[in-house]
Amino acid sequence: MNHEHIPGWGADLDRSQRPAVPMERRPPRLEGVHWSDPPPAQQSSVEILKSTEHLKMPPVFGTSVPPRGVSGWIRRRAFRHSENDLRHWLMLLFADRVDVVEGVLSDGRRSRGARSAAAIVGATLVAAWLLRRSP
Amino acid sequence: MLATTYRRPYRVSARHVPDPVIEHPFDAIVRVLRSCICGSDLHLYHGLVPDTRVGSIFGHEFVGEVVDVGSGVRNLKVGDRVLVPFNIFCGTCYFCQRELYSNCHNVNPEATAVGGIYGYSHTTGGYDGGQAEYVRVPFADIGPTVIPPDIHIEDAVLLTDVVPTGYQAAEMGDIRENDTVVVFGAGPIGLLAARSAWLMGAGRVIVVDHVDYRLDFARRFAHCETVDFRSVGDMAIHIKKMTDGLGADVCIDAVGCEASGSVMQRVTGVTMKLQAGAATVLHWAINSVRKGGNVSIVGVYGPTFNAVPIGNAINKGLTLRMNQASVKRHLPRLIEHIQAGRLNPREIITHRVPLEEVSDAYEMFSGKKDQCIKTVLIPPGADVAASTTAAPITTP
Repeated sequence: MNHEHIPGWGADLDRSQRPAVPMERRPPRLEGVHWSDPPPAQQSSVEILKSTEHLKMPPVFGTSVPPRGVSGWIRRRAFRHSENDLRHWLMLLFADRVDVVEGVLSDGRRSRGARSAAAIVGATLVAAWLLRRSP
Repeated sequence: MLATTYRRPYRVSARHVPDPVIEHPFDAIVRVLRSCICGSDLHLYHGLVPDTRVGSIFGHEFVGEVVDVGSGVRNLKVGDRVLVPFNIFCGTCYFCQRELYSNCHNVNPEATAVGGIYGYSHTTGGYDGGQAEYVRVPFADIGPTVIPPDIHIEDAVLLTDVVPTGYQAAEMGDIRENDTVVVFGAGPIGLLAARSAWLMGAGRVIVVDHVDYRLDFARRFAHCETVDFRSVGDMAIHIKKMTDGLGADVCIDAVGCEASGSVMQRVTGVTMKLQAGAATVLHWAINSVRKGGNVSIVGVYGPTFNAVPIGNAINKGLTLRMNQASVKRHLPRLIEHIQAGRLNPREIITHRVPLEEVSDAYEMFSGKKDQCIKTVLIPPGADVAASTTAAPITTP
């Protein structure tokens, strides 16, 4: 077969040229490491949920969007179950949907338009109720 | 700063949020110059990844300029232009000591089955992502790579995920000279997997998809044969007819959990979520590969379970390999390939969009509109900052 028209054909035909062969390569070809395992621990300013399959807290983590509200309550309970337990994941997916509802309500509270609409609807309902009460 | 924040399934918006800060002595803060929307971001966008919290900042493919470093950072300085692998890794744990950086055990409290990834839910560590103006980069001494001066910024941003993942997909297939390689999926990862298969000496490369413009693009970009799965009755039979009845030597899943092609899989995997996504491509790959062949999986699936024909895999004596790409270990060789002209990843970029219009960009990419293959996001002011190598902004 002629592969001359294909850029670089066979450049990595030699498996030793492939960067992930062998799959587990020791020692790693990584420059610049000046710490040992485990690295210094990050100080947490927010609540971080930990998998029960971690025997100790990993030293570094993200701090985006801590658990909050009803969805956070569900997430905390989800993390009582291991990753091996289907309930863990189903509860997290359910919490995600609850979080969306909470997010929509939160956005609504912050939106001037939504607040105005809510005020108009409320005033209309009160007026209708008062009119129905009058003889 | 402006950032892409998740609001609800099928809805993200560019919103102003607080700037990131140094949280650990080994952190850096990077001003983003370019970021991309990845196909796997669509799984988040569609609400399929557990623990995706409203307000999370998406984005795991980005390059930028270092603007601040923690007290313990020695190898990186303010002003360096870096490409940042999508994996967050410590460099010293059991797995990093084996160059399995995507499996790092020290960076994700929320799960043990996956390491840390920028902007990809709390299941991957709860890190904010790079579809923003600024991002916190942990382990800045080992994660980021300074962009060589002869590497285009758009090639650099594709080196953070797309190119290494496509390359590793081919590498895990253990391709030998003149092997027949079938790549399922003509998205960015599938395209780079096909190109990488040629680098490893494949004899035939066949890309399978159902989107016409992507199949056209695959033929041009990856010099491959293509199959539109809508036009074939049974995928396994079709591949066997193309390979003297034996099946392909290597099959690569570059699609993942939202595959089309089977109504039953879509209903049970995507609509009803009775399994962790549609396992259509896993079926096709296992049943289309030859006995003793290799199946390589880089498509993303959820953390629960999928119904796959594991009995066929056993009886055929298959080797199944899969992982998130360990980007850092691939970079030196992939940079060489780009410098030598053997790979030209930025040709897959079809859209360059201001970050302010990210909502429209997601809608376009998700809907495969406007012949979209790959979208690059440009934060406010970053076009000027990167002007020596920047391509003009094109909006959808």
